[in-house]
Amino acid sequence: MGLYFLKRLGLSVVIVVVAVTMLYGMIHLVPGDPASIMLGPRATPEMKETLRVRMGLDRPFVIQVVSFLGNVAMGDLGTDVFSNRPVARIVLEQVPHTLVLVLISMGWAAMMGIPLGAFSAIFRNTILDKITGVFSIAVIAVPSFVVALYSLLFFAVYLQWFPAIGAGEPGDLVSRLTHLVLPSLAVGLSWVGYIARLVRASMLEVMGENHIRTARAFGLPESVIIYRYALKLAILPTITLIGVSIGRMLSTAVFAEIVFARPGIGKLIYDSVITRNYNVVMGSVLVSTALFVFSTMISDWITALLDPRIRENL
Amino acid sequence: MSSGNRQTGKWASVVYSLRLLVRDPMGLAGLILVTLMVGTAVFAPYLAPRDPFALDVMNRLAPPSQDHLMGTDQMGRDTFSRVVMGARIALKVALTAISLTLLGGLVLGLAAGYGPKWLDNFLLLVFDTLRSFPTIMFALAVVAVVGPSLNTVILVIVVTTVPVYGRIIRTQTQAIRYNEFIQAERAMGAGIFRILGVHIMPNIIGPLLIVASMDIPVVVTIEAGLSFLGLGVRPPTPSWGSILNDGYSFIRNTPWIVIAGGVPLILTTLGFTFLGESLRDIFDPKLRKDI
Repeated sequence: MGLYFLKRLGLSVVIVVVAVTMLYGMIHLVPGDPASIMLGPRATPEMKETLRVRMGLDRPFVIQVVSFLGNVAMGDLGTDVFSNRPVARIVLEQVPHTLVLVLISMGWAAMMGIPLGAFSAIFRNTILDKITGVFSIAVIAVPSFVVALYSLLFFAVYLQWFPAIGAGEPGDLVSRLTHLVLPSLAVGLSWVGYIARLVRASMLEVMGENHIRTARAFGLPESVIIYRYALKLAILPTITLIGVSIGRMLSTAVFAEIVFARPGIGKLIYDSVITRNYNVVMGSVLVSTALFVFSTMISDWITALLDPRIRENL
Repeated sequence: MSSGNRQTGKWASVVYSLRLLVRDPMGLAGLILVTLMVGTAVFAPYLAPRDPFALDVMNRLAPPSQDHLMGTDQMGRDTFSRVVMGARIALKVALTAISLTLLGGLVLGLAAGYGPKWLDNFLLLVFDTLRSFPTIMFALAVVAVVGPSLNTVILVIVVTTVPVYGRIIRTQTQAIRYNEFIQAERAMGAGIFRILGVHIMPNIIGPLLIVASMDIPVVVTIEAGLSFLGLGVRPPTPSWGSILNDGYSFIRNTPWIVIAGGVPLILTTLGFTFLGESLRDIFDPKLRKDI
């Protein structure tokens, strides 16, 4: 048990280290040195040299990577060369905005998706099940940024029900929430489909098992069988999916944040890519990758806690 | 004679599968949408009523009319013609990226599944790492380094999806590498490339093609998404994503550009997904359980 947890943690740490090395190598080994690109064509050689030294680019590559990894381990992601502020602080300021968006999106998607999946498993092969099935596939297929654009167009520009841009006034909960409605619609919609399909499939599997047949044989009411015995087990795979989804939602959050001009880590990466601010790009991609890796790990831990069979294979 | 029989047998099963596909409403809808999309892409130059690059500054941001079915954009270019030509870009990126991914996945997956244990472990670590980047953020980082272009988009898609294919191929290869017919081949002195190419590959390629066809909408979405962010194809190339980007800037007063860019994208992703789902149910009902 404890061994599984440790091994899983070890794997996650290794993955993050390899990922950091890959990113670092990618940014620093390609032709065109970051310092001259950042300074533009009119920079003098002296200016470039100063910036190179400040960014630590004058040292051998391996030393750069190792010292970067060491700094990261101590929570230092370098300094933003434009504003002179620590990158870690810039990134961490944006993380809560994105996390709130992702969690709210996940929350409403799960609240819609779980009943929808259970419902279509119970009414298996009826017309209702078919409609839910097509609906699930359709929402999975539609690109989230198109959902974002269309909901912006319809609900914010045309109907004017919700605000179009920003994250709302700080401290004003109602304003914060109304600003979250459309972005979380865009980020969460396809997950309603994923979750509904997964819950339906695992529900059907559970309903065929012996303990459910026994419960039926004992004459328990159908509602007790479904809610107390079947759904509880059928939700297990959903937990894994939710863990994975956090990482994938980080990707869709980029679009939602840009379309609705919300602050967040996606917007930060986008803005720093446009200005070629490598240290911030690096730091924010790193933080979001770590978020992804560790949320997957936690969901694996929870699944292992709940289902001992999984601990065997890593 | 025997080959003739086999031929008719093959045809009969293709016709039978097509009949099953058409009888499934979802499959039929998918087939129609995909045919429309591919047809539009192939015959785009003949279907586009105007030159998608021709500027007409006097008529900029004109609303839909008989002259311009979907209005014009901020440079007076005909939106409908751009949407039609956009189908080409979408299909081109999808086919190129998916073929390259399949190729890369096959090479790495076979190496991991059939090669020595250390290679397997190393490749698995690489796969897991590449999969741990959130796709769009990784794409943004790559664009920051090599600059936006159609090839960058393809590169990003290939790098982020190869691990998925590699893992599937590795598992399948491991499942059959100790089968008796492989052992027999080895005993008869067959080389590693003959075993991999002639005996293992045909056994794993089928399910893989279904997975690949279901990835087309994903790839189309990534291309459009990056182009929407202005980090994909370069202007003035008409991509649905860049049309959406143009429309987004003028969303308050000229909503038709955003609508025109989004509808074909939605129809294409829906079409390929419906078709893929339906095909998978027909050819491989076992795959159905996992999403």
